[in-house]
Amino acid sequence: MIKSIKTWILIGFASLLLVACGQGGGGAGSKKSKTLENTKKAGFVKCGVSQGLPGFSNADESGNWSGIDVDVCRAVAAAVLGDADKVKYTPLSAKERFTALTSGEIDVLARNTTWTLSRDADIGLTFVGVNFYDGQGFMVRKNSGINSVNDFKNGISACTNTGTTTELNMRDFFNSKNISYEPIAFEKADEVVAAYDAGRCDTYTTDKSGLAAQRTKMSNPDEHKVLPETISKEPLGPVVRQGDAVWEDIVRWSLNTMIEAEEYGVNSSNASSLKDSENPAIKRLVGSEGELGAAFGLDNDWSLRIIEQVGNYGESYKKHIADTGILPNRGPNQLWTKGGILYVPPAR
Amino acid sequence: MIFKKFNIENKKARDLIPQAITVLALISVIIYFATNAQINMGNRGISFGFGFLNQEASFDITFSMIEYDGSHSYGRAFLVGLLNTILVSVIGIFFATILGVIVGISRLSDNYLIAKVAEWYVEIFRNIPLILQIFFWYFAALRALPLPENGISFYDISFLTIKGWYVPKFIWTNFNIFLLSVISAFIAIYFINSYATKQREQFGKQIPTSIISFATLILIPLITFFFLGVSLTFEYPVLKQLSPTVFTYAGGVSIIPELIALALALSMYTATFIAENVRAGILGVGKGQKEAAASIGLNKNQILKLVVMPQALRIIIPPTTNQYLNLTKNSSLAAAIAYPDIVLVFAGTALMQTGRAIEIISITMLTYLTLSISISIFMNWYNKKMAIKEK
Repeated sequence: MIKSIKTWILIGFASLLLVACGQGGGGAGSKKSKTLENTKKAGFVKCGVSQGLPGFSNADESGNWSGIDVDVCRAVAAAVLGDADKVKYTPLSAKERFTALTSGEIDVLARNTTWTLSRDADIGLTFVGVNFYDGQGFMVRKNSGINSVNDFKNGISACTNTGTTTELNMRDFFNSKNISYEPIAFEKADEVVAAYDAGRCDTYTTDKSGLAAQRTKMSNPDEHKVLPETISKEPLGPVVRQGDAVWEDIVRWSLNTMIEAEEYGVNSSNASSLKDSENPAIKRLVGSEGELGAAFGLDNDWSLRIIEQVGNYGESYKKHIADTGILPNRGPNQLWTKGGILYVPPAR
Repeated sequence: MIFKKFNIENKKARDLIPQAITVLALISVIIYFATNAQINMGNRGISFGFGFLNQEASFDITFSMIEYDGSHSYGRAFLVGLLNTILVSVIGIFFATILGVIVGISRLSDNYLIAKVAEWYVEIFRNIPLILQIFFWYFAALRALPLPENGISFYDISFLTIKGWYVPKFIWTNFNIFLLSVISAFIAIYFINSYATKQREQFGKQIPTSIISFATLILIPLITFFFLGVSLTFEYPVLKQLSPTVFTYAGGVSIIPELIALALALSMYTATFIAENVRAGILGVGKGQKEAAASIGLNKNQILKLVVMPQALRIIIPPTTNQYLNLTKNSSLAAAIAYPDIVLVFAGTALMQTGRAIEIISITMLTYLTLSISISIFMNWYNKKMAIKEK
């Protein structure tokens, strides 16, 4: 018995060493994508998501993930592996997310993550785009008589999450208004909601989409409201590791394809019938013209699979954000042609 | 000469070889992992360094014992977190010890009810995971507390509410003089006690030291307070309206509910283990000792204080040291309920904002190591002091 335990410990150490060695290659700057090769070999895309944020990435009772962040992972899987369901989801806290990505535990991080300079430049990450334009807001109790951020007074207590940009924005905001406040920062969103709901704090601040989603979890959602002001820019988007340019392009253009498809009116039900379209832009999207996939080492139907299996951005938004009642109005997340700011470079 | 020393037949040298190999192997493994980490971080474009400690933190902290706001550095934020960890550990250890000793002695009580209550307390609180107890005290107890406008008032100078326990703030003038007088009182008590011990050992004279010490501790500060320009005023918390239905207290000091819940959970949980140590210690003292003490006419309290406890302490101290260490380390669960300890502030927020996981986690681990070793050293010293001294 003792001997077998010793053997196991030895095996454990040996595998630890092997893992450490295996991390060695990062594939810096090579034409071939190591991440793409590994993903094809493994047969699934390793995707980091949130621990449960309705509309963005949330698991149902049987463990099926859905949300607009999840759709980015699904799009990548459809493009690379031909099947949108071939994704392995790793739920991550705000604290774990970047380490999980840089250490190679996941290959795509689609977890309502704000694109900032220091994150992009300093810690070995690359943001590939924006799949949701958000901004930080405040939630208060309806009966509080607070109708705008201008009604906040010295001594107000504000609950939020740690490890996010909201903590920093909150300080910038209250300092600019010269209001002294009590910041109470929890590690998990569920505890923030519970503490705010109990009356520990007067206001709850995070991204407005988050506020809308969390409001549904309160014991009495109708007692709370989100103030009209937005105090920050929060462009949320998928992130990849720095150093694998091909993989970075695949994730970027998987997202762009969804947005471009909406722009040209291509959706999951009409995509295959548009192969003979008059419009060359549409033909490129459904893979009947050009050789766009070759640039990443993919076949020509990669974008068609994304549209067919995942849908375009509009379908994804409607299904996860609008129809669930989180944010029925698309606001800035509308196409540039319809008054929003969603604008992607052309796929050609 | 040297050759002879390293001769294989020399037992000392022979014993040294495997040890040297082990140390070498250990060092090379550490070097291997360090270089590996360095290479991989380089490959991924992650820089390594501690320069960030001087950068502006730009986040605020609820509760700090030193002056801090977001314009201070990450290094300062680390210090705030460390002090908060120490604060909750000291409070936790203090109450866990008191409660543990009371419960431990109660479990041995002849009174059936007291003994049973103590037993149930121990069995319930040591068998529920600590994190659940922390959530219980925070969320269950928090919800039970009233909003500020209906706060539980203690003589209108202190208020207990869901937002915290507001107590009057002490505003001293010439506090240094007062502090000095308290310190000198303690020094005086030390000399009185050692004089009394000498008198008792040499001449068998009993001096009522406890009464004299108590009087000294009260009188010296009292005299300075009234005659040397020391004065004390209080700033009371006052209810303040922020909006039609939102209230808070202004002025005074706020003891945040996160601190109360965490200290309560830590001390209630750890007290159960200390209680069992105390019970083991008392039961470990031979029955003959108690009977002998009773036969020379000592009463029950004297037996406990003079005969049982000094011997029991020797059994109690080492395992209790472990409990103190556990409590300090368990205080890192604070992050779950937003108490700004070192894990939440430094290994949480600061780590996220800077992305320097390796540096920050190493600093945090080293900090806990230092804290724990300090407690160990102190308790070992105390243990030695309490050990049997052959005279």
